[in-house]
Amino acid sequence: MAKTNKTRSAQLENQRLPVLKTYKMFIGGTFPRTESGRYYAPKVKGQSLGNFCLASRKDLRNSVVAARSAQPGWAARSGYNRSQILYRMAEMLEGRHGQMVDELRLQGATNRQAISEVNLSIERAVYYAGWCDKFQQVFSSVNPVASQHFNFSLLEPTGVVFHVASENQPLLGLVSLVLPIIASGNTVVCLASENKPMSAISLTEAIATSDVPAGVVNVLTGHLDELSAHFSSHLDINSIALNRFNSKQGNRTVRSIREQAVENLKRVKEYDQNWTPTNRQNPYLIADFCEVKTTWHPIEKISAAGSPY
Amino acid sequence: MKPRIRPSYSPPIDQVGVVQRANRFTNRSIKGDAKMQGLKMVLSMIDLTTLEGMDTPGKVRQLCTKALHLHDQVANLPHVAAVCVYPNFVALAKQKLAGTEVKVASVATAFPSGHSSLELKLAEVQYALESGADEIDMVISRGRFHSGDFNYVFDEISAVKEACGSTRLKVILETGELGTFDKVRHASDLAMEAGADFIKTSTGKIKPAATMPVTLVMLQAIRDYHRRTGRQVGMKPAGGISKSKLALHYLVMVQETLGTAWLDNHWFRFGASSLANDVLMQIVKQQTGQYQSADHFSVD
Repeated sequence: MAKTNKTRSAQLENQRLPVLKTYKMFIGGTFPRTESGRYYAPKVKGQSLGNFCLASRKDLRNSVVAARSAQPGWAARSGYNRSQILYRMAEMLEGRHGQMVDELRLQGATNRQAISEVNLSIERAVYYAGWCDKFQQVFSSVNPVASQHFNFSLLEPTGVVFHVASENQPLLGLVSLVLPIIASGNTVVCLASENKPMSAISLTEAIATSDVPAGVVNVLTGHLDELSAHFSSHLDINSIALNRFNSKQGNRTVRSIREQAVENLKRVKEYDQNWTPTNRQNPYLIADFCEVKTTWHPIEKISAAGSPY
Repeated sequence: MKPRIRPSYSPPIDQVGVVQRANRFTNRSIKGDAKMQGLKMVLSMIDLTTLEGMDTPGKVRQLCTKALHLHDQVANLPHVAAVCVYPNFVALAKQKLAGTEVKVASVATAFPSGHSSLELKLAEVQYALESGADEIDMVISRGRFHSGDFNYVFDEISAVKEACGSTRLKVILETGELGTFDKVRHASDLAMEAGADFIKTSTGKIKPAATMPVTLVMLQAIRDYHRRTGRQVGMKPAGGISKSKLALHYLVMVQETLGTAWLDNHWFRFGASSLANDVLMQIVKQQTGQYQSADHFSVD
């Protein structure tokens, strides 16, 4: 009896025409297609992953506008509130655990690798959720100065960051940098892994439902070589986060990005591709996308012991 | 007094047609040299505006400086058409802009609501003129218009125009409060018959302010009036136009509805404050190929 049922359901499944998904980008809290109308179909082991938007420089422009307008509001939220929202991201990712694993497998990972990558990604969200309201206490300081000043330094978000996602770990690589970038109040425009963009798009669906304000995270899909000249010279992008390439061509691309980034003194940060080790989650990644503001506050000596404050 | 206008005078407006027609102006591709010319034209048509309760002499001085030095790093930029302020700042603005071609426009007649007596409104116009205003932006009495007292609105506009003499008068219809395209068309016809030199969409205090369909209705009214009487009337959309792309769409609409004769800051203006910076950023982008950041431009 059980066998018959199984055959029946298999038959039904064969008759069914699956609904194929249109993969769109994530800009300003909405899911638009590329303005250019162009698509590309990345392949894994000869199998097409589907049609993905081939972002144009105008898509880049639009996403930077969205990120810029979202930035002040995001930075103005309390660290505690950003914590809550990042934790909510972890909750949303947990609910999509199965989907994320399936997609990583489709993109060439083994079952074990896929599960480990999704588990670590969720863990990262919880980890950085914890840091949002604590990194300031760790990194800011009261500085001893030899004058009548109360001198202190604290971190402020850099602004709009452009992030080129890892090609090796399309989900873990992305979240491992997006989370520390937004933890301090930056907003980010990501270029998803060129060959494995599927996970990044599903991640944005989790982000869209996790109280992250529109424009804080934006994801484009497309060719790095087409976009690199435009984002590296864009004056409204303040910092660039890259994964280190292990190819001659990749190194050439990074070099030209660094050269063009000079115009408005973007900070270009490069990281190792392997995001698996536990020490790859640390608060220094938050500090990498912050600027230090030092304040000299004039004071008088008010106590006999000479304490200035 | 001039002969008054009857409500039946204005033709009915096809709302669906107007919206679709307005939408079609947004599909023109304007690139390269044409875009650069368009951007500079937009810049030359801007009425740089500050109409806030918290305006101070310092703020007005800053606005005048901005009108004269939009972005000195770029050579051969046109200056804006005018600065637009409250009457009590006219003298100051006039002094700051003395010897330049930038005009000073003053709002008057109990801006923005228009709720006051005719005597007070005329006195306010007189005050603005005596302070040196080159142009007057008046608001119509929407309350009277909605209660059907069209003759009052007509008489009021013609009285203000009479007080202005040769000074150009812009009549603000506040389309966001009129409700329908039919009423916008009627108010436009009424204002032009009463002597308006310009008709203007909005005060900027009410949303929606200027939209493309509503501006199209007013442009069509201007076209029909011009055909009938031969008198050219100017148009000023104001409020809500802050992106240069949208401003270019407006220019296309003017060109295709009224023709080249109106593509000049004598006949077409944008009432805006943040539009200028966006246009400047686009001009620099056209010149350098790099997308710009607001950090490198003056504060609005």
